[in-house]
Order: sequence, then structure tokens, then C-alpha cells
Amino acid sequence: MRMKIGLFVPCYIDAFYPAVGIATLELLERLGQDVTYPQEQTCCGQPMTNAGCVSDSAAAEALFVRLFAGFDAIVMPSGSCAHHVRAHFDAIAQTDAVRHVRANTYELVEFLHDVLKVRDFPWAEFPHTVGLHNSCSTLRALRTASMSELGEPAFSKPMALLSGIRGIRFATPARPDECCGFGGTFSVSEEAVSARMGLDKVRDHRQAGADYIVSADSSCMMHQQGCAERNRVDIRFIHIAEILNGARQ
Amino acid sequence: MKRKPVDHAAAATAFIADAPHLDFHDARLWDMRQKRDAQMRLLPEWQDLRARASAIKEHVLANLADYLEQFERNARRNGIHVHWAADGAEHNRIVAEILDARGATTLIKSKSMVTEECDLRPYLAARGVTVTETDLGERIQQLDDQMPSHIVVPSVHKLTGDVARIFARAYGTDPDADDPHQLAEAQRLAARPVILHADAGMTGGNFFVAETGTFVVCTNEGNADLSATVPRVHIATIGIERVVPRMADLGVFIRLLSRSALGSPITQYTSHFRGPQDGGEMHVILVDNGRSARLGMADFWTSLKCIRCGACMNTCPVYRRSGGLSYGAVYSGPIGAIIDPTFNERKYSTLPYASTLNGSCTNVCPVKINIHEQLFKWRQVLVDHHQMPFVKREIMHMAGKLMGQPGLYRAAIAGAESALSTLPRFALYNWLNPWGRNRELPQPVKETFHTWYRRNRPAAKPAPFDNAET
Repeated sequence: MRMKIGLFVPCYIDAFYPAVGIATLELLERLGQDVTYPQEQTCCGQPMTNAGCVSDSAAAEALFVRLFAGFDAIVMPSGSCAHHVRAHFDAIAQTDAVRHVRANTYELVEFLHDVLKVRDFPWAEFPHTVGLHNSCSTLRALRTASMSELGEPAFSKPMALLSGIRGIRFATPARPDECCGFGGTFSVSEEAVSARMGLDKVRDHRQAGADYIVSADSSCMMHQQGCAERNRVDIRFIHIAEILNGARQ
Repeated sequence: MKRKPVDHAAAATAFIADAPHLDFHDARLWDMRQKRDAQMRLLPEWQDLRARASAIKEHVLANLADYLEQFERNARRNGIHVHWAADGAEHNRIVAEILDARGATTLIKSKSMVTEECDLRPYLAARGVTVTETDLGERIQQLDDQMPSHIVVPSVHKLTGDVARIFARAYGTDPDADDPHQLAEAQRLAARPVILHADAGMTGGNFFVAETGTFVVCTNEGNADLSATVPRVHIATIGIERVVPRMADLGVFIRLLSRSALGSPITQYTSHFRGPQDGGEMHVILVDNGRSARLGMADFWTSLKCIRCGACMNTCPVYRRSGGLSYGAVYSGPIGAIIDPTFNERKYSTLPYASTLNGSCTNVCPVKINIHEQLFKWRQVLVDHHQMPFVKREIMHMAGKLMGQPGLYRAAIAGAESALSTLPRFALYNWLNPWGRNRELPQPVKETFHTWYRRNRPAAKPAPFDNAET
């Protein structure tokens, strides 16, 4: 199934983790998709809306809809942006174009798992022990994995994709569902709590034996990496798109 | 009166700086969450119970006046005096009148969050009434002149050494003897004579039942039963939202309450109060104190479903790392952050931001309050009501404008890139930059994705601003 896909690369990935955007693009192309990155894109509007300033997201949301309404699917390597577009795109009038964009926006893992239904990544190999970090957006909003609070039957879309990767081993932290403390502007307005949560998170993974933390959200990892480096916790970070696209380290 | 907002972030910073307290607090509350999970897994019907409890509560809140009046009629038939308090001041006045009429000057009480809301203790102290808390944790907080830091475990932010010092000051015990059993014994020895000679007793109430005109108090120490039954006068203070229609509904909540709170199947004592003891008096004060107004708030009324189990606090990663006192309010943690602003929007305007919106609170809530969605919604209300600090509001406004203008945005990204790679470390990690206080910044990169894409996918249609450059 070849789809016309609009690639959204979140602002912090564009600026700090271009390799994640490249891996996402290459992976979707490798899977035979027709992928376009609209070059006028900026941001989904999440930071303003999550701060309560909904009207300030209007310009970003209008731009987003203008750039992406023509695609079959809008795919992004970020759970929190996908959740914002789908659940909180409320600053602008709900036209047919807006409804189309909201209904067809996907975080990368769920797009691969649910829409393209890919399970095999024969080009990929990752001979390391990884700890999976599910962002709260992917876990509790997009529901790409089971939530410990509900006692529901275990499932995990990112694990379903990763478990087929050659050479990969998994480490399970003691508190896999605990938020890492990034939280957007929370990371600055509640700096002490945020940094402490990040430190606890990376230590938990390290103690479980992880050499890498892998996640579908670079924003969580940007924060965790900052905490790990400052406190000399020896652990590396990689986006799930990079592993699935064949990165070896 | 204009009051400065609670500085949760500053209080949390101080809490985190104290490693022994932080580590204990986080581990203790996480353990409660783990025990709650274990209890949940033992009940296959857990999610049905939550749905049922939520439905009962929503039904009650939609018919609140009827159930309250039904309770009043039936309670009076049982010989209970029923009082109505519109706010904290009226509540306190009613308590004082009951005590004055009987010449009572000593009052023992078990834990009640509603009396904390009403600021009852200082009010009675000023009138010459000696009030003694009989719940161990609450007594520790009383002796230390602090609010409870948690709904269920009020002194959970303290270590045994802290308690030993407080008891040494109050009871003359050894300040270095911090064995929990010895401390509990010291409290017992100090409390028993007070309990035996008190003029009046006071409790809260977890639930009251409309069809029977009775109420229920759930505790683990038995102190509520002593407070209620040893003196001749028993006053129970209960929030109006705690009514359930029938005795048959009670089981749903009893099964959820302690499992959610402490991870134990049931509290040690689940005491039903049906009327005054022989020759004694029983008073129930039904307190509104803002609840009716909250019931009228379209986005926030379901917060009245709360049964005060504290599960949202135990699971909250922010609460565990900042302590209940950092919220500067009677109710702390996630539930506090959505209730407190209804008491004072300005003072508690920071609390809905003391959250990452991770959603764990909503998942553990036994009555299915959408706590994290209400936190999200409160932020919008606070911005609309001009409670966001001016600078932050301006930053959001400017960011929003920038995000709507691709050309300007691209230029700003280019500027930030070069700043990150050229500015010296002291400029990036100064006091103006909270990110860098306890964290490194991301490494600067050679080129943005945008630039890479233009180089590597030259056939793609460029943005108008890029087109103009070339």
C-alpha cells in the first residue's frame, strides 16, 4: 500500500536531532512510501496549548493544516506532537481540512504497526541492551503500550517492532511507566523536579543493565540525556526510528 | 485581597536538596502505589468497580439536594442533630456553639480534611478550647504546626528522627530514640489521658448514607472510635459531596478506598455511626465551603467525586519529589492542584503547572476523575483570568506568532544554532537558564534536518523563503 505521506519533523528534532528526521524519512521511503517534507513547517503548537495559551497556537495550527491537509497520512517521530494534533488542535475553526488532518495524523510507531503493519526490518541489527522509554503521550494518550495502573493485558507496539531486530537485548527498569519529567515548559518552570525525575529515570535504566535508552520521543531523551551527562550516568540514547532504519549504534 | 501565588517550584527545590527525606518520601509512596497495583490485580472486577463508583458519584452529584435532605430527615429520626454550614466560618461557629452550650473546653478529634479547610484548630484555640488530634500522623503535624502533607498519611514527609525531636519537645522523650514502636508508645501514653478526660469528640466522615441517615468513618488506628465514643458529645464534620444513596452502594466504595489508598484490602476499622450513645449527643455538620459553586463548573465538577484516597498523590512523580507542603494548600498533589484553585485562583494559580500531564493520576483514581485533563483545562482558565505571570504570557504570545511565520522561524532556528555552537559555556549555563542548572544542553549539530533535506532531496519543492534566497 503506497500512501502519500506528509512528514512532520518536530522543531527540536529539526534543530538538535536531524538524524532522527533522516531515519524517519529513509525508513518510510525504504518501505515504499511516497514521502514529502513540506519545507515551510514550524511547530504543531503544543507548547502554547499545554501552557494554557490556546489562542497562541492558532497560527501554528493553521499553518500545519495548510501544509498537511493534502496528504493521505501525516507521520511524525513524536508521540506528544501527534497527540497534540489529534486531541488538542482546538485553536482554529474545525473545517473539513482540520478534521482530515486530525484523523490522519500518526506517531511513527503506531503508523508502522497499525497502518503499514510492518513487523520485519531485515536491514536492521542492533547488538546492544536497550531499555524502552515510552513517553507519557505514547503510553497514556496514544495507547501504544499497556499501562501498569490499569492492570490490562500486556501489549506494546514499540516492543512488537523492536523484538524482531537482530541482536537486540532488552533491560526492564523498575519503574517502566514513570514519567521522565520532561513535560515541555515544565522542564524549565519546575526545573528541580524535572531534572530529578530525569536523573531517577536514567539511573533506573542503567541499573537494569541498559546501554541505550530507546524511545519514540526525542524530547524525553533530550531531557534525559542532559540529566545523564551532567550526572555522569553512562548511558546512550537512540530514537526508535534510527534502530528500525538500521543504525548499528 | 491580592495574594502572592504559591511558589511550588522553589519549595520543591528545597525538598529535593534534602536527599534522605526525598529518597524516603519517594520510596514510601511508590511502595504504596505498588501495593495498590497488587490489590488491583487480585480483583478481576477492578475496572467495573471504578466505573460503578464513578456512576454512583455522578448520579449523587446530579441529585445532591435530594439526597442531602433525605439524609437529614433520616438522621434526625435516628436522633442525630444535623447542621448546615455554608462555609468554614459557619462550620467553626457551629462547633463553638455546641461546645459552649456544654461548657466543653477540651476536644479530641480524628483526622478530617474538612476541618483543615475550615481552619478549625486556630479558631477554637483562640476561644480557649484545647484541641488534640488523635491520629498519629495528624498529631505529629499538629505538634509541628504544619498542615498535613498527604490526605491519608499526613506526616509522610517526615523521618522517624524528625518525629523523635518533635516528641522530645512536646512529651519530654529522648530526642535520639527514633524507634517507631517507641514513638508510637509515647504517643499512646500522651494521648490516652487526654482521650479519657475530653469533654467532646470530633471525627470526619468518609461516607454518609441517605436511606439510613447514618455515616461511616474509615481509619486504621481506632482513634476515630475513641474520639467518637469516649466523650458524651460526638461532632462529625462531613463535606456535602460524601453522600451515597443506599447502604448497598457503600460496598463499592469500601472495596476501592483502602486498596487505592494504602494497598490494603480494607481499613482496620470501618465504623458505622447510627445515632447518639445512651445519654450522649451526636451532631453532623454538613459543610459546603465552595462545593456548590464547584458543582456548577462545567469542566471541574467531577472533582467532587473524590473519596480522598490519595492514590493520585502516591503515583504522582512530581508529588513524590516535591512533598505535600510544597503545594502550600490543604489539598496537595494532583487532586489538590485541581481543587485548590476553586478556593483561591490567584494563590493556587501555579499548582496546575506542577504537573507533566503524564496522566498516571487519572488511571489510578478509583472514581475515574479525569485529573490530568482538568489540570490541562485549569491552565486555560488561569490564562483567561490573567493569572499567568506577564513574562511567561509574553513569551508564549511571541512563540505563537513566530510559529505562524515560516520565514522568521527558519531565521530564528539558524540564530539559535549558531548561538549554541559559539557561545561560551558560562553564557549557556547561567542562572537565567533553568534548563542548564542540573542538565546539559543538547550538542550543536552540523546542520538542521531542514538543511539536510534541501541538500539531499533537491527535487522537492522549496519553501518560498528558501526560494528567494537562492
